[in-house]
Amino acid sequence: MAYHQGYGGQGSKHRVRGPMVPPAPDPHQLFDDTSAGFPHAQGTPTSGIDMGFNTLLADPMANVAVAYGSSIASQSKDIVHKEIHRFMSVNRLKYFFAVDTAYVTKKLALLLFPYAHQNWEVRYSRDTPLTPRQDINAPDLYIPTMAFITYILLAGIALGLQQRFSPEVLGMCASTAFVWVVIEVLALLLSLYLVTVQSDLTPFDLLAYSGYKYVGMILAVLGGLLFGSDGYYVALAWTSCALMYFLARSLRMKLHPSLVPDGMGHPRGGGRGQTYVTLGAAACQPLIVYWLTFHLVR
Amino acid sequence: MAFTLYSLLQAALLVVNAIAVLHEERFLRNVGWGTDQGIGGFGEEPGIKAQLMNLIRSVRTVMRVAINSRELDYNCVALAIWLKTIC
Repeated sequence: MAYHQGYGGQGSKHRVRGPMVPPAPDPHQLFDDTSAGFPHAQGTPTSGIDMGFNTLLADPMANVAVAYGSSIASQSKDIVHKEIHRFMSVNRLKYFFAVDTAYVTKKLALLLFPYAHQNWEVRYSRDTPLTPRQDINAPDLYIPTMAFITYILLAGIALGLQQRFSPEVLGMCASTAFVWVVIEVLALLLSLYLVTVQSDLTPFDLLAYSGYKYVGMILAVLGGLLFGSDGYYVALAWTSCALMYFLARSLRMKLHPSLVPDGMGHPRGGGRGQTYVTLGAAACQPLIVYWLTFHLVR
Repeated sequence: MAFTLYSLLQAALLVVNAIAVLHEERFLRNVGWGTDQGIGGFGEEPGIKAQLMNLIRSVRTVMRVAINSRELDYNCVALAIWLKTIC
């Protein structure tokens, strides 16, 4: 017992003394050939890091620890991927971010002036919808995400110009805008369920269509900042009309089943409900845009 | 109206709670929203009222399972926190 304790104590004393020994002689030995002019341990920060790595790799115990840690990390990464895959399909999400510059510019132009566009149909290729790169009518999540972040920054600028800025306000603005979009998506899902329309609108599609209003919000706030109150109302009116038209046409094309060449041409009973849902969704846009931006432009 | 995600969660919890406590026999039948009263035949698309009644019944069923398991504790905790925030 005493021998064991003494052995253990001696071993721990050895272990405690171990790390204290290297700093004095080892760095000079390790660093003499790699780089010139490393006189002291606390010279520059980079030399400190290099010294740490070299002593780490020289010590076999640390080597084993690094290997063990990296295997643990890769295992936990696999577990995280599996868990995330249970909730949402990453492939489906990647589809929404497959955009390129031409698509983004054309889509932004379409969001602000949709009256000249003729063909609103989302094209399919062998039963899967085409990616946004190949089809301008496909919804994407890149524009809403970027527009959301730009809106937050613009809100910060607007508040700062009015001496009302503080970091908490920025966070509150961001979460308010996000929560309103979530509420709108939930309301849309509920109303689509109630009118029993068969469509392939996933929640991500609805999130994309609801997120397009951030572009209108950015323009309204910009108009208000540059041209005062009149500019704000003009920009608000223009973007609201454009958004309403855009959303009405897009949703009608996605919800209306009459383009299915099935041979069963009986009139669907839910047609009236679909129209109401589309018009209601379109009519809510200017309300939300106004609600989220008017406090920024006083 | 400044929202946070937490307030959205609270609101959703309270709404689901409200739907769950609608009693079938005492209340919904008197209003005419009982689930044995309205469901028509097959072949016709159910109207909005039938869909709403289905939704209420399914929410109540899910909440019954949740309440019988341990989620009742979480429900109480959430309600307590909400009550504290409004005082």
